[in-house]
Amino acid sequence: MLKTLDELEKKVMLELPGATSEDALNELRTRYLGRKGVLTQMLRQISAVTAEERPLFGKRSNEIKESLSQAIDGALEKLKLSRKDDILLKETIDVTLPGRAVRIGHLHPITRVSQEICRIFARMGFNVVEGPEVETDYYNFEALNIPKDHPARDMQDTFYVEENIVLRTHTSPVQIRTMEKMKPPVRILSPGRVYRPDSDVSHTPMFHQIEGLMVDKGITFGDLKGTLTYFLKQIFGADILLRFRPSFFPFTEPSAEVDIKCVMCGGKGCRVCGQSGWLEILGSGMVDPAVFENVGYDPEEVTGFAFGLGVERIAMLKYGISDIRLFFENDWRFLEQF
Amino acid sequence: MKVSLKWLRDYVDVDLEPSALADCLTMAGLEVDAVEAAGPAFDQVVVARITSVRPHPQSEKLFLCEVTTGTESLPIVCGAPNTRSGDTVALARVGATIPGGFVIKSSRIRGEVSEGMLCSEEELGIGEDNTGIMVLSPDLTLGMDLKDALGLKDTVLDIGVTPNRADCLSIIGIAREVAAITGKTLRYPEIDVTENSEEIAGITSVSIMDPDLCPRYTARIIKNITIKPSPSWMRERLEAVGLRAINNIVDITNFVMMELGQPLHAFDYRFLEEGRIVVRRSREGEHFVSLDEKDRALRSDTLMICDGVKPVAIAGIMGGLNSEVKDDTSTILLESAYFHPPSIRRSSRWLGMGTDAAFRFERGIDPEGVVRALNRAAQLMAALGDGKVCRGSIDEYPRQIETAKDIPLRPKRVNEVLGIDIQAAEMVRILEKLEMTVSQSDDAHYLVTPPTFRVDITREIDLIEEIARIYGFNHIPVTMPGAAGMPAGENPEQILESALRFALTGMGYTEVITYSFINPVSAEQLGLKDDDPLRDFVIISNPLTEEQSVLRTSLVYNLLDVMNRNARVGCADLKMFEIGRVFFRRKEGELPEERACVGGLITGNRYDGSWHNKGVGADFYDLKGCLDALFADQKMQPLRFVADSSRPFLHPGRSSRILVGQETVGFIGEIHPDVLERMDLKNRAIVFQLDLETLRLFTKGKIDFREVSKFPASSRDMAFLVPVAMEGETLCRTGYEQHEVLLENVAIFDVYTGENLPEGMKSLGLRFEYRSTKRTLTEEEINVAHNRIVKTMVEATGAKIRGE
Repeated sequence: MLKTLDELEKKVMLELPGATSEDALNELRTRYLGRKGVLTQMLRQISAVTAEERPLFGKRSNEIKESLSQAIDGALEKLKLSRKDDILLKETIDVTLPGRAVRIGHLHPITRVSQEICRIFARMGFNVVEGPEVETDYYNFEALNIPKDHPARDMQDTFYVEENIVLRTHTSPVQIRTMEKMKPPVRILSPGRVYRPDSDVSHTPMFHQIEGLMVDKGITFGDLKGTLTYFLKQIFGADILLRFRPSFFPFTEPSAEVDIKCVMCGGKGCRVCGQSGWLEILGSGMVDPAVFENVGYDPEEVTGFAFGLGVERIAMLKYGISDIRLFFENDWRFLEQF
Repeated sequence: MKVSLKWLRDYVDVDLEPSALADCLTMAGLEVDAVEAAGPAFDQVVVARITSVRPHPQSEKLFLCEVTTGTESLPIVCGAPNTRSGDTVALARVGATIPGGFVIKSSRIRGEVSEGMLCSEEELGIGEDNTGIMVLSPDLTLGMDLKDALGLKDTVLDIGVTPNRADCLSIIGIAREVAAITGKTLRYPEIDVTENSEEIAGITSVSIMDPDLCPRYTARIIKNITIKPSPSWMRERLEAVGLRAINNIVDITNFVMMELGQPLHAFDYRFLEEGRIVVRRSREGEHFVSLDEKDRALRSDTLMICDGVKPVAIAGIMGGLNSEVKDDTSTILLESAYFHPPSIRRSSRWLGMGTDAAFRFERGIDPEGVVRALNRAAQLMAALGDGKVCRGSIDEYPRQIETAKDIPLRPKRVNEVLGIDIQAAEMVRILEKLEMTVSQSDDAHYLVTPPTFRVDITREIDLIEEIARIYGFNHIPVTMPGAAGMPAGENPEQILESALRFALTGMGYTEVITYSFINPVSAEQLGLKDDDPLRDFVIISNPLTEEQSVLRTSLVYNLLDVMNRNARVGCADLKMFEIGRVFFRRKEGELPEERACVGGLITGNRYDGSWHNKGVGADFYDLKGCLDALFADQKMQPLRFVADSSRPFLHPGRSSRILVGQETVGFIGEIHPDVLERMDLKNRAIVFQLDLETLRLFTKGKIDFREVSKFPASSRDMAFLVPVAMEGETLCRTGYEQHEVLLENVAIFDVYTGENLPEGMKSLGLRFEYRSTKRTLTEEEINVAHNRIVKTMVEATGAKIRGE
């Protein structure tokens, strides 16, 4: 009888590889291990087994039932896995096809550069303040120590609305409006659009300026140098070389132009720097006492410095743009690069 | 201002290379814009020697020469009578250019080959002698460039003189700076006038009627003048600085102006009626023909130089044609005066005559240099024009011209402002180098009197600047200001703008920046009615072009313009926005109203054209969806879109006002087809514009957190049949307004019109979501709430439940 059991096991194990579907495996299980299955039938014949053999026969048949059951389960499991693999295989896609486009819009390069500049100065405690773009002659000129009939007016051609109303030629009027309203200490930055009637590859009738003003007790020309040196090294890199050069602005004295070593040619001289090796990057100076008097500050009590820069110029240098007009043509192929 | 180095060296020694000198000047505040080679207008002319001369077989006047350049021998045909073997001469080789733009070619002259030309002084533009070829010193090296050999090369510095430095508008002025910077000695020209016995007083007189505009007028009479060309040294200097040589007298006035900075004028005395000068304001409408031969009607405040009867010059600006120096002029009245700078500036601006003289007068000349220049010119007229200078000069000086004296200087203050620590003695040394007179009043105070030509120095701060400038900005230490302890960074306006930029770019919109000014024709293109407030343009009185002559009152036109430009280069699918101001005119004399806005535009296909998407045109709902997201991002509630056909540039059936609460914050709509047609646009476009100030009022900036329910929601879908014209929101709102606490949301999930529906009706599919934060709702509860809501909606709006 025991022999019959072993043969049965062998038989089932031989048949197992032929059962390649779930149904076939279930059928196999029913046929041999089910209630009416072959093994069950054999067990029913235990009475025919001798008394000595009986315990062994019982043990052996249970073992076989267990091992066959496991083998079928294993085959079923394997089958399931391979079917999943089939599905995954069928679901294969071409990963090289282009993705469904998600278009993130682009910030205008002027905005990018403006924001960068404002952030650098924010770290030094400068607050952003804005003012009107259409200004009175007083705020745009007179309060800034540029009287009517003064040659300094030649420095900035002006769009007029009325005799005493102009499109601001710089954001400096914001200085005056701010100082009129608040007492020192003052640390402000005023970005915005400014207007001058001029149009060629390096001038547009509208452009962007950022002006800064710091007023407090004991502010020195050295502080001006320090603040602007920090700024320029932040924006153009720590290796940049710069120089402070005496100049003239009616609202500052002493006044300084700040030049950086040409970023295009490294100082050898090129078209961008007009062969000089240096690029004018911003104007600055110690606030003229006359300006303090105009806003009711005591120039003996406080000193300060102011500076102004053209955002387009910095953007042109940063990105290597040679024609300022590109900023306002808003050509998509231009804008999408930023 | 152009400065010839050759001329400069007449007054100061310069050891530096031109580029090094340029650097020095630039770093002292006289920015050198360009360093240019200058000199006579010839090229490739070399030193050569005639080795043999024989007569030309075909001509009595011509000679055949052999000329050597030291390395080669050339046959030259020459017609000069002084052609002599052994002489060292100037040879213009084949390929050389000589003044007048002539290029020397290899040629045959009466059958004989000539490989170049021997030149006279006149032909080379370096002298007047035209009687024969130049004979050079035999010591010169053969083959050497003539300019090098004769030291004719010059360098011209183009200096951008700032408006405060009137004193640097002369060669002497620049020389003075060079001397101060380099420590060299300045040499003023020696002025020595030889007068004859005839007294000026017997010949002319000067009366100043308006001493406020002309505080000082000096004059001299020079007789027996011979008008002729100036000597080459003078012409060379004038031409190097960009002036044209005319004749000796005119050239002398220009030369002295450039040399000393004092503009002068020479009148032909014979045309001065009554032989005298009267300085007065013009009469309104008075006509005058100036040297440029233009007839001008004058304003009453223009200062004129007149004779006894009529104007003969516009003071400080330009002389008159009626008293011009002519070829036969023999007696000159020479003028050297000081005019009130603002008055000269006003007149020159008004007349549009920006002359070299006006440029100097309006910046302020040296009031004490007037006579020196007068004498310098008289001296030169005697020397170069054979003139006889009459005894004495007229110096009408009715009103003292203020010059700064004894400006107090505190060395401590100098160090405080500059952030340096230098000794008072060092400061004094710097100021004295600049020709200032310094005296010490006590330990802490000095008194400084600047020279009279430094009209820009009147205050202590002006002295501080001078000290800083000469001490060197680059020697001032770099320091950082102490912390001010103030909040820093963006203001509320900027915070909102940054948030909008962040959200809009995130949604695929690209930022544009357009000009604030637009074409007034835009009003017609947008179809604005005559009384539309968008026509309240701020008008620029001096625009560059008509297209940029008014300030915009909305962003729409600019956005369409960007769309147009891009369509022309083949970019049709655009999503853009701009943040900028719009401007509205107020009463005269008042500043306009400025409002910051954000505007946007979408046009073309909703998605990019790729294998994923078919071309689906973007529409109103694309842009509306973007705004919904924008407002949600700003936590702005409740937002409403109300149909509004009042804007003529928008499609009347596809435009809406946007409200937050009861406040209108802006609009959205499709561009009217007529506008598209007028602007020659092919594609539809949808635009929006929001007012940032109003928007900011409703921007919460804070987030109201609500507990998230742990319990599931149940939804009920229902289709309503309503008239086509009924707005979906009306139906939804009626549902909301039942204040049913269990109702979490009502949303339209389907809109259907067409077959199977009665004429004029549409079907709106609504999804109602019910949820409690406290428990799972029973079917029973939901049904009770839902039925109540639906019943009210039907009663309130007349909608029918579809399928009932």
